[in-house]
Amino acid sequence: MNPHEIRAAFIEDLTSVAPDIDPDTLEDDEHLQDDLGLDSMDFLNLVSALHKRFGLPIPESDYPELATPAKAVCYLGRALAR
Amino acid sequence: MPSLGADMEEGKLTEWLVKPGDRLARGDIVAVVETQKGAIEIEIFEAGEVAQLIAAPGQTLPVGAPLARIRKLGEEDAEVPEPTPAKAIKTPEPASASIPPEPVAPRPAAEPAAELAPKKPAPPVRWTVDHAEPAPGQGALASPAAKARAAEALLELAALTGSGPGGAVLLSDVEAHVKAALAAQAAPPEPTEKPAAKGKPGLNMAEMRRAIAAAMSRSKREIPHYYLSHRIDLQTAQDWLTITNVERSPDKRLLMGALLIRATVRALAKVPELNGRFEGEDYAPSEDIHCGIAVAMRGGGLIAPAIMEAQDKGLDPTMDAIRDLVARTRTGRLRNSEVTRGTITISSLGESGVDALFGVIYPPQVALVGFGRPRVDAIVRAGAVGARVCVTVTLAADHRVSDGRRGAVFLAEIDLLLQEPERL
Repeated sequence: MNPHEIRAAFIEDLTSVAPDIDPDTLEDDEHLQDDLGLDSMDFLNLVSALHKRFGLPIPESDYPELATPAKAVCYLGRALAR
Repeated sequence: MPSLGADMEEGKLTEWLVKPGDRLARGDIVAVVETQKGAIEIEIFEAGEVAQLIAAPGQTLPVGAPLARIRKLGEEDAEVPEPTPAKAIKTPEPASASIPPEPVAPRPAAEPAAELAPKKPAPPVRWTVDHAEPAPGQGALASPAAKARAAEALLELAALTGSGPGGAVLLSDVEAHVKAALAAQAAPPEPTEKPAAKGKPGLNMAEMRRAIAAAMSRSKREIPHYYLSHRIDLQTAQDWLTITNVERSPDKRLLMGALLIRATVRALAKVPELNGRFEGEDYAPSEDIHCGIAVAMRGGGLIAPAIMEAQDKGLDPTMDAIRDLVARTRTGRLRNSEVTRGTITISSLGESGVDALFGVIYPPQVALVGFGRPRVDAIVRAGAVGARVCVTVTLAADHRVSDGRRGAVFLAEIDLLLQEPERL
């Protein structure tokens, strides 16, 4: 999967847990909690969706690496390459 | 049309999920209704068979109007005289027609007196067809001041939503309507042709704000609140949670919020009088704990659906229930029992809030528990200062039902339970 595909998949999962987020105006450096208003349950649901889609464990200690769409795409790319 | 909140006057039937001849068990979901809290699934509270669907999807009906006729199983359909004709079955009507043609407010006093009058539960709104159609503008309950102002502004009283007793239109309702109309004129709609934001189906932000305003105003007017605050050392719970979650896949992980809710529900066993409903003149404690959880909507506003029978749910089932409830609050449909039968509410600010929140009780409940943001703080333990994760828990409770001493026992019990997270 290339970064473009990972980003599309990430945005799809993000907007399914937070349907009011508009993918067209979403900035890659927006903070999921501080800027986009995800709460801890939304964030956990996002992690669960990504876990299901990519088969990655995504431990809690890695959560900071999912703080923004840009960071998340890098993190997922690295984890998938391993 | 069931009432889905003290302030609800009408609802729009959006969908039938049953058809005539279907057999129903208690608790089955029969219809979807659009309300101030978004789309709500309507459950049936008696077993039986659908005899007739009276209301049609798309109709807006006042609370109390029949939606369908259910007959008991095995019972012959003793042709009840059709309760439907004319009005009830007509296609959507302007609001003026859906206001019940009940009494014209015999309220001689000016508005402040109406506000001060002892609050009685609003009379059940009945929907019958024998009543004459009200003359325009006369069918709605309204204070004289409201009537005068509405006439001045050329507004149809019946088209307004009243916040007074029995849904009476008050001066403030008319003013709010006039103001909103002016604001709408002043601010032309956004020119961008965007599809309606994908979000919760059937949720209208302005209506939700109005519902919150009505419930919270009533709370502050009627409930003598007292407040307590207590800081809890959460380090033990946090450590246990971290270790527990390491072994779990994301869909099985716990959130601190689940521990806080579970501890609160269990602590109610020690101070049960905080769990119940104060309706009319009487307080009725509840055996079951239907624990409302305040879910903030990202567009603003909040909804507090309840985890039903939370006392019977251990930590993992509590977590599952929260997950399900939050998902349905955000994107799906809640059930009417979840939005109308709560016995206590918990509001938790989560990770991005401030230290403490002092809540406003959600009537007719008698207590609201607030948790601030857990954060590392300096705590003195055994004579030494250490950095530990802490949370401030607050209680807003109804002084008609409990006293500060009992409230303190309750918060201390929550603290105690959180020190042994593995036993929650």
